[in-house]
Amino acid sequence: MKLIFEKTQSGRRGLSLPQSDVPEQKSMDSRYCRQEQLQWPEVTELDVVRHFTHLSQRNFSVDANLYPLGSCTMKYNPRFTEALAALPGFAGLHPLLPQLGRGYALTQGALQLLYEMESLLCEITGFDAFTLQPLAGAHGELTGVMMMAAYHKARGNHKTHIIIPDSAHGTNPASAAIAGYQTVAVPSNSDGVLDMERLREAVNDQTAGMMLTCPNTVGIFNSNIDHIARMIHEVDGIMYYDGANLNAILGRCRPGDLGFDVMHVNLHKTFATPHGGGGPGAGPVGVAGKLVPYLPISRVVKDEAGTFRLDYDEPDSIGYVASFYGNFAVIVKAFAYILLLGRDGLRQVGDHAVLNANYVQARLKGVFEAAYDRLCMHECVFSAVRQMEQGVHAVDIAKFLIDQGIHPMTIYFPLIVKEAMMIEPTETESRESLDFLIDAMLRAAALAGAQPDAMAAYPKTMPITRPDEVLAAKQMKVNYFAPCG
Amino acid sequence: MNPYVANTSRDVREMLAAIGVDAIDELFRDIRPEHAPRSFNIPDGKSEYEVMEYVGSLADRNASDLILFLGGGFYDHYIPPVIPSLISRGEFLTAYTPYQPECSQGTLQALYEYQSNICSLTGMDVANASLYDGGTALYEAMMMALRLNGRNQVVMDGGVSPIFRKMLRSYTSNLNIEFIEIDPSHGQSDREKIKDAVTEKTAAVILQNPNFFGAVDDHSDIAALAHDRGALIIQSVYPVALGMLKTPQEMDVDIVTGEGQSLGLPLSFGGPYLGFMATRRKFIRKMPGRIVGETVDTRGRRCFVNTLQAREQHIRREKATSNICTNVALCAVQASVYMSLLGRQGLKDLAQVNREKTEYLKTQLSLIEGVEVKRSAPTFNEFTIALPVDAAQVVERMIDFGFAAGYPLGRYYPSMTHYLVVAVTEKRTRAQMDQYCLSLRQVLDQAGA
Repeated sequence: MKLIFEKTQSGRRGLSLPQSDVPEQKSMDSRYCRQEQLQWPEVTELDVVRHFTHLSQRNFSVDANLYPLGSCTMKYNPRFTEALAALPGFAGLHPLLPQLGRGYALTQGALQLLYEMESLLCEITGFDAFTLQPLAGAHGELTGVMMMAAYHKARGNHKTHIIIPDSAHGTNPASAAIAGYQTVAVPSNSDGVLDMERLREAVNDQTAGMMLTCPNTVGIFNSNIDHIARMIHEVDGIMYYDGANLNAILGRCRPGDLGFDVMHVNLHKTFATPHGGGGPGAGPVGVAGKLVPYLPISRVVKDEAGTFRLDYDEPDSIGYVASFYGNFAVIVKAFAYILLLGRDGLRQVGDHAVLNANYVQARLKGVFEAAYDRLCMHECVFSAVRQMEQGVHAVDIAKFLIDQGIHPMTIYFPLIVKEAMMIEPTETESRESLDFLIDAMLRAAALAGAQPDAMAAYPKTMPITRPDEVLAAKQMKVNYFAPCG
Repeated sequence: MNPYVANTSRDVREMLAAIGVDAIDELFRDIRPEHAPRSFNIPDGKSEYEVMEYVGSLADRNASDLILFLGGGFYDHYIPPVIPSLISRGEFLTAYTPYQPECSQGTLQALYEYQSNICSLTGMDVANASLYDGGTALYEAMMMALRLNGRNQVVMDGGVSPIFRKMLRSYTSNLNIEFIEIDPSHGQSDREKIKDAVTEKTAAVILQNPNFFGAVDDHSDIAALAHDRGALIIQSVYPVALGMLKTPQEMDVDIVTGEGQSLGLPLSFGGPYLGFMATRRKFIRKMPGRIVGETVDTRGRRCFVNTLQAREQHIRREKATSNICTNVALCAVQASVYMSLLGRQGLKDLAQVNREKTEYLKTQLSLIEGVEVKRSAPTFNEFTIALPVDAAQVVERMIDFGFAAGYPLGRYYPSMTHYLVVAVTEKRTRAQMDQYCLSLRQVLDQAGA
């Protein structure tokens, strides 16, 4: 398909702009002006509409396809929440308005929404306070680790490392490292959970804390979680809960009750805001009482008169992590979703997410090697080791699924499972959908057994066949207007 | 009930049988009774209509109808409805990170075009596929500069957005980074002080154009000097202004970042926004964030993939260039729709209209007794005025006339309580600007100034 730059025709316009209604002004001194010609396309509005419509048709999406991408919680995204976020009272609201005086009267509705959202998240997760500022999950992790550092600094602790299981999301060690900590990886045992012996060896006075996903990335809830929390707390470490897998436990348990001190929530996973091809998301962070003083500013507070205000006067705060109050439009959508579901609806999320994953696991484990032969939580992990004996890899099975109209599961993650295939169906998929996925997986396995050489040719029905990723990295052509090399 | 769950009681029964358990509760056996929630006092669910009404009532309680002369890095530009119409297509909206290129060419090509548009806008060689917002992009640029030259001192112009400067300080409080902040002089970068501060220890000089006071500058001389001393130049820019202003590349800047909200994104009370970043080709392997690159498929057809992923957290873990995973891909696509609609001439015209109107308002304001328009530097669509009384109080009064009159500087610059930064966009009409001036006269009269 052509690039939009290849459709350009000099003189075409895509937008009618307001004209100047003021007398002509003296122009800018040319020494401050650009000489280089801008190369944006010259196209009509119809050209733009067709171009982006055609582009969109070259995507798989939850709206059109099963999307069981493990660890990403690709559930259905309700549309009424989109309508709410687009209301002029939200979309047209300038973020600096609360600073223009009038006792925050200009933005009471927005501040009330933020305040109520924080309260809901506190109750869902068992924490004492939330900040909605972090702009994505990894941003929440960084915020959490910064609070961890502020806590230790305030207590005069000299801590150097954060403990992270080898099954963790890559963001955990990356977040710890950019906040200035070393990371210590603790291996998982053959049951897919943390090796307690190795953990005991890793924990010492230098331990600033531990980052943990529970259930973890192989879909297992660690029953020893409170024991682990005690070990970390004994050295005055902070327990960080990576909320990427929160969908599994909604209403069944709360990280705050399990001994965790801080967590982030991925609103774009658990609370059904759309992923947008890679964002925007939102990663609010909740904390237990001992970390409350370190929360980023501003904090949304409600005064005795019932007025919502922004509090910037927090001397121990880690400061600003975002320009304003978080990805507000995303927060609006998640807020509306939670209000609609209510207590029972939230519990059903976890129940059916776990039921669906176990159903897929039960139906497939005779054909694909289950990474761990036990009940799972919201996602199940298989290994393509049996298929590998025929020379077929996880990637081949994934590419086969594309031709069945299914977005592949996550592959080659978690790293601790060889040829991993991680399936997270979510609660919004029907049994018929799950059966469709299962049948497709079984057909993949059958073809892998009968004609293993045929697998490498998939997908065959997409606009493109498999791309040459090595060439992409070698030529580094990332800008249409710049030559390669 | 949860209307998004499809399983019927019969489905549940049969699925449980296939799993080999009797009840859903049995699936949760690893969560022991002592792990049960201490409370779960969430209100009962509501109908969609009830939620629409309630959340809609919260939207109604915001003053989104004020006429905005308020900017501060976030602007009230016109957003043509064709943008949300395209962006709300489910194929863009409900996809995820394009890990599987064969079924994600739409997002990948759109991001490649976005990167190319950002490169052309800034004059730089390479751009990434987005960071969260302008502030976090500036932080990432600083970290990138520290990695590139291994130094730990940062010289920062006080004309950089005070919000962004606070963010950089917060992010690095646990790191060994020495900040030297240089107060601007008469609204413009104090180039002599900056030049004096840049030494062989300096990793990067952080600048903004136009700066927080609206002043336009040419940082070429600072860049030349910094490069002599082995330091890198980071510049935070306002994309609409680049329809007119000298590009970062023309000033020999090393890393460019900016807030992309003005490229077709609503103000939305602070987000989601769009952090963009562009740099020199030779620095690409140190750049954070996803990058889309061109390649060919097995049949030799052009296609696009996420490339240079060995920089990223899912491969490199603690050694990654950044921890970013989810970015703001949809906002980048949104911006690219806007950039495509505008085109090369459209942006030029837009920049021209913004500046013309701004110059008009400057002139009108300068006719008001007691108002001093700062003219020490050229401006684009935002400028600073000095008032005879406290600017925050004036702004508060102007609300009664229906105006968000600007950003009072006292909050972040304690010595500048009488100064106001005023922003104008193509949406502001001459009538509104005249009314603004009339209202301001009245407010100042009432204040006895």
